[in-house]
Amino acid sequence: MEKQEELLLKVDNIDVFHGSFQALWGVSLSVKKGEIVALIGANSSGKSTLLDAVSGIIHPAKGSIRFEGKDIATRNPFQIVASGISQVPEGRRLFPSMSVLDNLIIGSYNGRARLNKNGNLQRVYELFPILAERKSQLAKTLSGGEQQMLAIGRCLMADPKLMLLDEMSLGLAPIVINEIYKVLREIRKRGITILFVEQNVRRSLEEADRAYIMKTGRVVLSGEVAELREEEEVKKAYFGI
Amino acid sequence: MIEYLADLTTPISMGILLGGLYAVIALGLSLVFGVMKLINVAHGDLVILGSYLAYAILTILGMDPIIGLVIGVPVLFVLGFGIQKYLLNRAFHVSMEAPLIIAFGLSIIIQNLVQLIWSPLSRGLTTSYSLASIGAGPLHLPLIYVIDFAVALLVMLILSQFMKRTYLGKAINASSQDSRAAQLMGINTERMYAFAFAISMAITAIAGVFLGLTFPFTPQSGVSFLVIAFGVVILGGLGSILGTFVGGIILGLAQTLSAYYFGAATQMLAVYVIVFIILAVRPQGIFGR
Repeated sequence: MEKQEELLLKVDNIDVFHGSFQALWGVSLSVKKGEIVALIGANSSGKSTLLDAVSGIIHPAKGSIRFEGKDIATRNPFQIVASGISQVPEGRRLFPSMSVLDNLIIGSYNGRARLNKNGNLQRVYELFPILAERKSQLAKTLSGGEQQMLAIGRCLMADPKLMLLDEMSLGLAPIVINEIYKVLREIRKRGITILFVEQNVRRSLEEADRAYIMKTGRVVLSGEVAELREEEEVKKAYFGI
Repeated sequence: MIEYLADLTTPISMGILLGGLYAVIALGLSLVFGVMKLINVAHGDLVILGSYLAYAILTILGMDPIIGLVIGVPVLFVLGFGIQKYLLNRAFHVSMEAPLIIAFGLSIIIQNLVQLIWSPLSRGLTTSYSLASIGAGPLHLPLIYVIDFAVALLVMLILSQFMKRTYLGKAINASSQDSRAAQLMGINTERMYAFAFAISMAITAIAGVFLGLTFPFTPQSGVSFLVIAFGVVILGGLGSILGTFVGGIILGLAQTLSAYYFGAATQMLAVYVIVFIILAVRPQGIFGR
């Protein structure tokens, strides 16, 4: 079905534990090059844990995670960033007492990205002109929307092939969310593959090509968004039809 | 009245200059706490180890202690990197208390090792300039105090520029602000901790040399300088370079003025009283957030 070379990320049947609590049960997911894929689910359904496993923050007890064909399940986060996966974490997690510019520069810490630092910085400023205006301000003085833009910009500075975004619209005004999704489509046009976690199902099914729906640590449904929109279960659970 | 003030200028200038030395002694403690949140109870002993290392370089190689820093700084830098990488980083995975216990163990090992090699006798770094004094008008100051202060300014300037301007400095800073976010930015945070400890030790080597040029020292001296370093960082707020400088000066002044008014025996008492007052009134320190 899917050709091997098209696959950028392949998570295969992983179990992940937080201490003695099992957060993921045999989860599989794949992302093809150039896609936008959504990960949907209620709170604590395991979405963030899955992203953290891909980023190497937490290692799976079982199963494999392949990126460009190589197993990355046991690699450290900094090695995974260097190989081309970068995450915008939930809650943004900027460096509050550093300037906007320094936050962006830290994003380009890995050796490959450091070489393209100036070019990437220009591209981030093109996507988010407000960041250029505020480059010497401390990150903590930005508004929520600007902070999210900075978090995305900082992630882009790492020169990722695959970008993971965790709950990026949390706590933002709808107009800001629209703007950020617009930029996301722009980022995709530049050849970066995107896997994002979102609580808003309607939004996810509009923005993504495919989606995975998670519930209590398992993938319960997956497919093209057009198909998922027609699924009875999705309609009932999320659209109240 | 004028004569009285003229009398005071000596202890006040001495106190400020001494504060510079105290700031350098405390800087490494402050850096390690700022980045790793570890209270390094071995810090005083590491400073004294720096003094003995300079003593060895002076007596064996006949090298001036300040020039000897070209050996002392890299040696302690590498030692610090190793301590963090092979001992403390592993302990951080176990619990928050484990690194503290390791630091305590290090303190005991260093004290005994130094005593074994150089005996418990008091030593000093004696050079042509360590006993010289310079004067301006009625004021006569030991030359070494002036050098201590100049070195303190230089070390703080270099450290703050390093933290602000270099990739490594920014990455250390990022790791201290949010280690998980730093990891997601591709930073090997454990390596940053090792660098932070190594830099702390390089500064410690410098502190050890100037301490040895200023005061006599024994294998047990580490404890009292640890208390002074604690006092400085508690005053200035842990992890702040400017705060460390101001904290050092306040403690230096407290010591020279209490000696002036109440006799030399009250010097350490003045340190304890000030630390006690600050902890009661403003526990986050003068510059603490």
